[in-house]
Amino acid sequence: MELERVDGIIERHGADPSSLIQVLLDIQKENQWLPPEVLRRVSERLQVPMARVRHVATFYKAFSLVPRGRHEIHVCMGTACHVRGAPRVLNAVQEVTGIGPGETDMELTFTLKTVNCVGCCALGPVVEIDGVTYGKMTPSKAAEVIRNYK
Amino acid sequence: MARLNSPQELHRFQEELLSRRPSTASFVSICAGTGCLAAGAKEVIAAFKEEMEKSGIAAKIQSKETGCPGFCERGPVVVIYPEEICYLQVAPQDVPEIVAETLMNRKVVDRLLYVDPATKKRVQRESEIPFYKKQVRNLIGNNIRIDPRNIEDYIALGGYTALAKALFQMTPEEVLQEVKRSQLRGRGGGGFPTGRKWEESRNAPGDVKYVIVNADEGDPGAFMDRALLEGNPHSVLEGLIIGAYVVGAHQGFVYVRQEYPLAVENITIAIRQAEEYGLLGENILGSGFHFRVKVHQGAGAFVSGESSALMTAIEGKVGEPRPKYIHTAIKGVWDRPSVLNNVETWANIPLIINKGASWFTQFGTDGSKGTKIFSLVGKINNTGLVEVPMGVTLREIIYEIGGGIPRGKEFKAVQTGGPSGGCLPAELLDLKVGFDELTQAGSMMGSGGMIVMDEDTCMVDVARYFLDFLSEESCGKCVPCREGIRQMLKLLTAITEGKAKEGDLQLLVDLAEVACDASLCALGRTAPNPFLSTLKYFASEYEAHIKERRCPALSCKALVSYYIDPERCQACLRCLRSCPAQAISGAKDTIHVIDQDKCTRCGTCLEVCPPRFAAVRKVSGEPVPPPLPEEKRIIVREREGK
Amino acid sequence: MRSVVLEIDGREVGAKEGMTILDAARSVGIQIPTLCHHEKLEPYGACRICTVEVESRGRSRLVASCVYPVEEGISVRTRSEKIDRLRKMILQLLLAHAPDSPVLKELAQEYGAKEDIFDKEPSFCIHCGLCVRYCAEVKKLNAVGFVGRGTKREIAFVPEVASKVCWDCKECFPLCPTSALQAAYMLVEAFAGSGPGVD
Repeated sequence: MELERVDGIIERHGADPSSLIQVLLDIQKENQWLPPEVLRRVSERLQVPMARVRHVATFYKAFSLVPRGRHEIHVCMGTACHVRGAPRVLNAVQEVTGIGPGETDMELTFTLKTVNCVGCCALGPVVEIDGVTYGKMTPSKAAEVIRNYK
Repeated sequence: MARLNSPQELHRFQEELLSRRPSTASFVSICAGTGCLAAGAKEVIAAFKEEMEKSGIAAKIQSKETGCPGFCERGPVVVIYPEEICYLQVAPQDVPEIVAETLMNRKVVDRLLYVDPATKKRVQRESEIPFYKKQVRNLIGNNIRIDPRNIEDYIALGGYTALAKALFQMTPEEVLQEVKRSQLRGRGGGGFPTGRKWEESRNAPGDVKYVIVNADEGDPGAFMDRALLEGNPHSVLEGLIIGAYVVGAHQGFVYVRQEYPLAVENITIAIRQAEEYGLLGENILGSGFHFRVKVHQGAGAFVSGESSALMTAIEGKVGEPRPKYIHTAIKGVWDRPSVLNNVETWANIPLIINKGASWFTQFGTDGSKGTKIFSLVGKINNTGLVEVPMGVTLREIIYEIGGGIPRGKEFKAVQTGGPSGGCLPAELLDLKVGFDELTQAGSMMGSGGMIVMDEDTCMVDVARYFLDFLSEESCGKCVPCREGIRQMLKLLTAITEGKAKEGDLQLLVDLAEVACDASLCALGRTAPNPFLSTLKYFASEYEAHIKERRCPALSCKALVSYYIDPERCQACLRCLRSCPAQAISGAKDTIHVIDQDKCTRCGTCLEVCPPRFAAVRKVSGEPVPPPLPEEKRIIVREREGK
Repeated sequence: MRSVVLEIDGREVGAKEGMTILDAARSVGIQIPTLCHHEKLEPYGACRICTVEVESRGRSRLVASCVYPVEEGISVRTRSEKIDRLRKMILQLLLAHAPDSPVLKELAQEYGAKEDIFDKEPSFCIHCGLCVRYCAEVKKLNAVGFVGRGTKREIAFVPEVASKVCWDCKECFPLCPTSALQAAYMLVEAFAGSGPGVD
């Protein structure tokens, strides 16, 4: 990501150290991940020690310090989905993609994440792929949907 | 649009809006909340626009994308006014018929109406549908009438009247007394008296104070704050401005979790529109009071929804809780007096100011006044948002409004209060819902999540699930929580895998004590609740897992085996083909058999076996019946008519 | 500074407004164990081993004495069956990480904590935070910090800073109760130039 764009985002938030989380969120949204040189720039321009930038970047689930796959799969593991069988859906997804939660496959096709409740509990179990919500998932249905993305 | 510079101008504007929208006017509301959007509402909305253009009625009848009315199980939801005709599970292909029949000819499309499962009769009006009828929808009732991106909808319904009243007809002290008299308690989980919190901040020394909306809503299964903030953001904003007036704050924050992009968008638009109309910013309505609001997004951390952690996050630091011996109402953001309240708490304020504390106290019990929105989810027929007065029983919510348990299964437990709460069994179904009542029973109100569980839910696994959740969400700073949860999770996982050792249960209880008594914040202090409540009410399940290596609910993977009942199998090949481990042998007309060594217990065979055969069975705590010898597996079918 | 009088373990103790119970206790020679406390650093309240019982206005609660401010008329107990049980379990939880730590072993003896209650955990850091906080508050260099959250939280040096300042400093080394810090330092020295989030 060009450092100019990073600077632009920092300016939009007034280069205020307390805007660290908001700045990183904007960068994450645009770039899909936080490369090391971007973190360094943020640390310099916001005058926040690198140790703290790094703690924030690793504390919050929204941030990724590694590149993500082309397709992002989110399996909801909220209580309502859990009670309706989400763990078995997750297993099926893991089997089809070959990766576990938090991982990206070597070809950068998929990134798999578990999320804690997207607020669509009536449709549980829920799997979101690239922002599209698939409701009332079962292990076999989830596997089929993902195979279509391959 | 000209700024409104006085309460008189606001009032005149309201009248003008009402004259433009007589109550007899026809319009179509289509729920555009996240839940319905996920169910395809976007295509329905587009279909309405297209169809209404084509039929030439777009000029006379308006279509509105509204907030979530709560009947999420049956979305996309469409309501047509003035008759209030409610259509459920509307698909884009239904739209031409709706436009032609209902919008143009005022005739009802029967097949899209709600059918009462008891009387089998169709219900036409939204308010007559049993799901809604038994609710008292003070807070959420307006969602279906409001386009959250248009402030005029809110003003037309009387919005910002409470603000005008507070600023011009009451002193901050009088507003405070009204809120105290209402006995409103925080809706985020703590249940702390709102008036007392405001008073603490108001009286605290310092010129700079803050008011904050907590829209982090981290409890999995809870989405009422999302519905309010997405669907009626101005109701929350109005409450916030009134609170700022009482406390003497001129800067406010709305902390929204980034997992709710629509809520972030809608509150941002609402803030901008309120500023344009003179209802926020400098010299509000000409009163001389100024107040600005900033939106701050969360970044994916449940613990940052805890009030002191949230304030630390606003400061741009890692959202870890602080020891709260000095209330954040006195020393909060940047050590300044900060009033933090939940979305739903703020939404109650305009109602209390407009209608008065005595109106508010007519709802609810002695200790818990007003109404509460619950998110009813899990093994329940009518999943959605339910707003009822405090004091209604769990039974009424689950059976009369929720429609009971699907597929004829038996109710087992209802989990309330999120990861800090507990599971309540069938014996407690007649418990009246209230802060103190739920706490005394071993659970808590929390933010209002109500997760219904049936006979297929393993309660030991539920305890393990919540500890797993918290092991990741704990900030990790203090020992009792970080290490306590770490070890409790290991012990519970072992129990669900049939690997429990002598003394494990006692160790769990000892760890629970340390977490409850010595943790730094409420996350750690309440983390053992799901375990403690399930142990209290479902001890027999723990015993079965530990002593017999048996899961009574047939749920824990490591303790369950699948087999195919040879009496029922019709050798249709479906499970054989679907099995990801290729563990099923058989052929057309040869009974299928699961190879126990290869079986991964994924449950696919159970899922795909046609219901009319229902041949796949589960057992736990005992071996599967030995398979039939190969010769006996051939099905001899009677040929008919030969 | 207003003076405050409180009772600790039955003794009347004179203190000043703004002091913590820990400060007040130590000022009169009453011992309360701590792991994350250091006079040069802001109180952290993370190890919870300094937990004491405070009775105030008829209500009793357990609080971390290193952060709880003294109040007029409160009554504090620094030892009791409950408190000892809490401290014993906290020690047992930490011994799973660092059974050889001298300070933990000493406290374990006093409270009867056993090291084999829990299986050995891979990391020996007990998260007292002394290293991170010393480098931030005293040295103002921030060469070492926390990463991650919950059970995955760890300490890690920031290579580009550590490579410049740590060799000649190492003031944090004697603060570490378990030598996890030294291990982390060795790691960053060996792997300088790799890992996510760092160059």
